[in-house]
Amino acid sequence: MEDYDPPMQVQLSHPARTVEVKGPKKVKELLRELNLVVEAHLVIKGDDLVTEDEMLYDGDQIEVRPVISGG
Amino acid sequence: MNCTKCKTKAVIGLPRHNAAFCKNCFNGFVHDQVARAIKSEKMFGKEDRILVAVSGGKDSLALWDILLTLGYRADALYVDLGIGTYSEQSLAKVTKFAEAVATSHGATLHLHTIEQEAGAGIKELAQLIHRPTCSTCGTIKRYQFNRVAIKQQYDVMATGHNLDDEAARLLGNVLHWQEEYLDKQGPSLPASVDGFAKKVKPLFRLSERELAAYAVLNRIDYIVEECPMAKGSKVLLYKEVLNRLETESPGTKQMFYWGFLEKQSKKQPTATTMTEKDRAILHPCTSCSQPTTAEVCSYCKMMARAKTVAPR
Repeated sequence: MEDYDPPMQVQLSHPARTVEVKGPKKVKELLRELNLVVEAHLVIKGDDLVTEDEMLYDGDQIEVRPVISGG
Repeated sequence: MNCTKCKTKAVIGLPRHNAAFCKNCFNGFVHDQVARAIKSEKMFGKEDRILVAVSGGKDSLALWDILLTLGYRADALYVDLGIGTYSEQSLAKVTKFAEAVATSHGATLHLHTIEQEAGAGIKELAQLIHRPTCSTCGTIKRYQFNRVAIKQQYDVMATGHNLDDEAARLLGNVLHWQEEYLDKQGPSLPASVDGFAKKVKPLFRLSERELAAYAVLNRIDYIVEECPMAKGSKVLLYKEVLNRLETESPGTKQMFYWGFLEKQSKKQPTATTMTEKDRAILHPCTSCSQPTTAEVCSYCKMMARAKTVAPR
């Protein structure tokens, strides 16, 4: 039987939820797939901030954090 | 992607500067942008006492952190608006930062609770006086920050407004041709009359994304949740539109806001003309003595109305 990692777990906000996304995938591709604008979000892998060209893999724990605030 | 300066692995790309930075070089970039803002707008010096308006969000906590790191004498004020668990969580973030970081710099955190003074939180207060919550909140915060700055003799009051905040506000004012508001959209407003503190916005050169990144990289624990009262606000819509433009055409936000500032500086108002204008129309409120254009200021009117209609 072949070993495999579960899809990456992507934590989103507003509202708070977790979605599964199949890797491998670059950060900018992940944001595009989720229909999110780069300028309004940070992507955090584990505890580290990552750039748009970083490759994400199955099994990774990802947070996509919105940066917009204010009323 | 590698750091533009030291060539190690980058943690953030900044398309508007055609650059990418590692953590250390990014911190250097942020500190440099704030230092440039303070100097170019003559905001304050190392001897001045600064009061930072903190909310528990990324911008104000990052501002407090940056000013302390740069060696400024910066205390902070948190106004508890009484918005249920949101205010409780915000206060916890501010207190945590004060204890972990600010106290070691000898800085003080002041607290003011709306519920203690008005007998109700901001939402209930706004309902009582039939005004939108965000406008009630704005009136209260402006009033309280100014009151504490004057009473405690701070030289200047600093807020965490960033490039996105200012660009969105400018877009709103231009869309509605509210030209009368444009004079006061600069990042440094003088203490034009007795009773008004000088107000500055040292983060106007940094985007919201850059400030969130600064907070994450420096382990500043801030409230990520949006204020429940701000849902559906026009400012959020303007920011969304500007960020779509920025993604397609990096540099759009700074060209819009900084370009506006440059044009304003060539025309008017200078600090002198703004001071002259204010002195001509402002006088002390008959109830609290803070400057106002009316006999009684909007804050005192609001509180008087709330007390009249409040259930006993």
